[in-house]
Amino acid sequence: MDLSAINPVLLIASLMVAATPILLAAIGELVVEKAGVLNLGVEGMMIVGAIAGFAITVESGSPFFGFIAAAVAGAILSLLFVVLTQVAQANQVASGLALTLFGLGLSALMGQGYVGIKPPATPKLDIPVLSDLPVVGPILFSHDLVLYLGIALTAAVWAALKYTRMGLILRAVGENHDAAHALGYKVVRIRTLAIMFGGACAGLGGAYISLIRVPQWTEGMTAGVGWIALALVVFASWKPWRALLGAYLFGGVTVVQLNLQAAGVAIPVEYLAMSPYLITILVLVILSADKSSAPAALGRNFHASR
Amino acid sequence: MIVLEKRPQPSRVWSLATPLVAVLATMIAGGMLFALLGKNPIEAISTIFWEPLFGEFAFYYRPQLLVKGAPLILIAIGLSLGFRAGIWNIGAEGQYIMGAICGAGAGLAFYPLDAFYIFPIMVIAGALGGWIWAMIPAFLKVKFGTNEILVSLMLVYVAEQMLASVSLGLLKNPEGFGFPGSRNLQSYDSAHNAELIAGTGMHWGVVAAFVAVIFAYVLLNRHMLGFHIRLTGEAPRAAKFAGVKPARLILFCLGMSGALAGLAGLFEVSGPAGQISIDFNVGYGFTAIIVAFLGRLHPVGILLAGLLMALTYIGGEIAQGSLGLPAAAIQVFQGMLLFFLLALDLLTNFRIAIRKSEVA
Amino acid sequence: MKLTSLLASAAMALGLATGAVAEDKTKVGFVYVGPVGDGGWTYEHNKGRLAVEEQFGDKVETVYVESVPEGPDAERVMTQMALEGADLIFTTSFGYMDPTINVAKKFPKVKFEHATGYKTAPNVSVYSARFYEGRAVQGHIAGNMTKSNIIGYIGSYPIPEVIRGINSAFIHARKVNPDVQFKIVWAYTWFDPAKEADAAKVLIEQGADVILQHTDSTAPQAAAQAAGNVVTFGQASDMSEYAPFPRVSSIIDDWAPYYIARTQAVMDGTWETANTWHGIGEGMVAIGEISDAVPADVKAEALALKAALGDGSYHAFTGPLKKQDGSDWLADGETADDGTLAGMNFYVEGLEGDIPQ
Repeated sequence: MDLSAINPVLLIASLMVAATPILLAAIGELVVEKAGVLNLGVEGMMIVGAIAGFAITVESGSPFFGFIAAAVAGAILSLLFVVLTQVAQANQVASGLALTLFGLGLSALMGQGYVGIKPPATPKLDIPVLSDLPVVGPILFSHDLVLYLGIALTAAVWAALKYTRMGLILRAVGENHDAAHALGYKVVRIRTLAIMFGGACAGLGGAYISLIRVPQWTEGMTAGVGWIALALVVFASWKPWRALLGAYLFGGVTVVQLNLQAAGVAIPVEYLAMSPYLITILVLVILSADKSSAPAALGRNFHASR
Repeated sequence: MIVLEKRPQPSRVWSLATPLVAVLATMIAGGMLFALLGKNPIEAISTIFWEPLFGEFAFYYRPQLLVKGAPLILIAIGLSLGFRAGIWNIGAEGQYIMGAICGAGAGLAFYPLDAFYIFPIMVIAGALGGWIWAMIPAFLKVKFGTNEILVSLMLVYVAEQMLASVSLGLLKNPEGFGFPGSRNLQSYDSAHNAELIAGTGMHWGVVAAFVAVIFAYVLLNRHMLGFHIRLTGEAPRAAKFAGVKPARLILFCLGMSGALAGLAGLFEVSGPAGQISIDFNVGYGFTAIIVAFLGRLHPVGILLAGLLMALTYIGGEIAQGSLGLPAAAIQVFQGMLLFFLLALDLLTNFRIAIRKSEVA
Repeated sequence: MKLTSLLASAAMALGLATGAVAEDKTKVGFVYVGPVGDGGWTYEHNKGRLAVEEQFGDKVETVYVESVPEGPDAERVMTQMALEGADLIFTTSFGYMDPTINVAKKFPKVKFEHATGYKTAPNVSVYSARFYEGRAVQGHIAGNMTKSNIIGYIGSYPIPEVIRGINSAFIHARKVNPDVQFKIVWAYTWFDPAKEADAAKVLIEQGADVILQHTDSTAPQAAAQAAGNVVTFGQASDMSEYAPFPRVSSIIDDWAPYYIARTQAVMDGTWETANTWHGIGEGMVAIGEISDAVPADVKAEALALKAALGDGSYHAFTGPLKKQDGSDWLADGETADDGTLAGMNFYVEGLEGDIPQ
């Protein structure tokens, strides 16, 4: 056993990378759920984003276009969910699961020509002096741009929910759609936009995996990250900064676990792999004392009966 | 402009007609997809829907529909009770795994003893395993008001890790040359859930699925508890006045769905699958949620929906084998079927009306 | 009800007969555990299938079903292939073992080939590759290339196949570099590229400058490339998109020669049950081109080692070797028997840490 082999600075830097796809998807889903909609199709939207981003990056040579395409693809796929739940009033749980099934199949069809290709690298931040600073450099100043986007998005969503009129309306719709409707807000339109935002974020998260974290395309490569993102939203009790913290915790458990293994610590791997989920349950129990945290209308459909 | 009007009563006609319309719509959309992939659409569609039922080898596929459909139906029946009352257990996959681990573990504990009571003990252990796993979210919800959707979902991942752990450790076959996976229960007669009549696909799990359908039907239509379940889902306030105790309802619904999922896992591991292995679970617990909704949470509907899902799986495999369709195309096809079924359900509860322009 | 089952078996026999008479093409079925687009295990088996098609042209028809879960679904897919007239069926995952045996009992005339298992029957053969021979070559290069003397190893699950590879690589790395140490990380998944990326990064951060992987994605290659000075090897497929550096060589699963030979045997009527464990010599394990990033003398030694393994003059597990606990395993000059190798559940002397249980 040699714990000194673990470099805490590098550990933090790599857990930030590991956390980013979960964070991106979770921030999107957080907004969706704040609007009172539960979309279990995150995994499906992520993987479609992963292949769309990958394909466009390979074809255009530019990761920038790739990420845009990923967001657009995620949003388009989420429109299917909109049609089902907002127009056709279908059950949200079933629709979300169907969306994941559909997304997994669709991405595999789209990706048939892209197996075994190396995508162009996504540039990393490299500020002459700052990036070379000892501790701070690797943690704060030498990541790819999308990682910063994830943090910026967290801040933006936090500010928007807390301080803007838009955020207020969104929360109102999520708390009580009938009252919001009575006040003259367009419930369906607001929820549609929220769902599309969630789709775009999930698409970005997927592309982060296929373009930066791995980077390659293989079928089913998101391997369940979408479900972790769903857990994270609840873990964070629908608060953006807690989602960031939670993403680092979730990503961190894996990275720390692998670090301990490599350092020769005999740990029961499968029990450590369970720990994020057990911690989430624990947090859920603690949070349930606070009844105000969950959007009251979560998962319920709205129909304007005039 | 076109608006939706809620029907005072769900339409009888449409609730029967929508599944047919949806299947038809899926055939058209799916046919277009298959044509895009360069396959003959009519041939592909008929392979999926016709071949397993009436094709040359239907004598083999028809029983397989039962084998594939039974766990889906068994789990979905349990879930539907809770869903009707607004209790959302989406962790059936985990309960299914725990049922299989506990049931198989109980059986293997007796190995190589030969006795009639081993299989019944396994059945009880399997049901208990699923029940306990579902009682965790139930207890937390009753005691602390914790959201059961998320707790049950989280427990799926915990169960998956447990499965990997016992496959590599506790239940590993001592004669398996170190490979992961338990002994095969198919070659341990006292623990084997064999076909009751050879060649029919009927094993105890299929029997249990049919019994569950009947049980759920009677419960919902003839029993006070069933009435309470329906009342809680449709009119929670009225349910309170009628004296429904929510805590008991939660414990019953989650416990029941967990026990049924556990049973499904036990019957699967002791019969068709044969052994505990790292990849034992194949998503029945999640597919069953879809089956429950496709069946409109009605026992008979679930029976039909489960068989329909099984048909698309088996027909899809045949289409892969004989037409060279990629598995992904079948997945997309199944997704389409679900979309259409879910979307068209609208017509059961709403009426499309045309009104003079007026902002809604 | 007895009548139904009687009819069923009669129809099965009939189905078989018509299948055999109607076509003079040899029909070969493949059951895959993953999608053909996984870029690794299944991808390579599918390349073998395509090679069969190319070799025999019109004389053969191949069918496949991908992403088949192990268990009852696999049994159904195999039955379906047999019913539709397949003459030879390759089942390409360890978990298909019992289903293959079950189906083979029902179709005595159809030949079955199960990959990586150990149960045979009159119409069931098993085949597997001696990947550990490739690991020996990798270990040799890795031991020479490392400067930090720390070699990282990413394993999937702690099963004999993986443990064999670790031991083989370690023995040969130690041989050329007595100071070398292995850091082993278990991913506990068959397939999760993101986790493999994490594992590779962790190993690199802890000082490893050579990464060996028993997982199929290119994630470790990309992590090594980002780190700049870390050596990797392709796994399952060549991963040549990362050559000449960080990927300096690779172990490739090449199933084509075996699949062609077995199909030929069925055509000729000479097919017999066999327990095949082929290595470099027979071409089932191929060593991808060793790039120029490897010094010329090391490359020459590696090629010589490969040749010795290939012609059988050298065995990758040749004594004197001790087990991790210091007990004797192989005496001087003794080579390991296949039985011990097949169920290998111990580390050799020098490796640190325990195999997780």
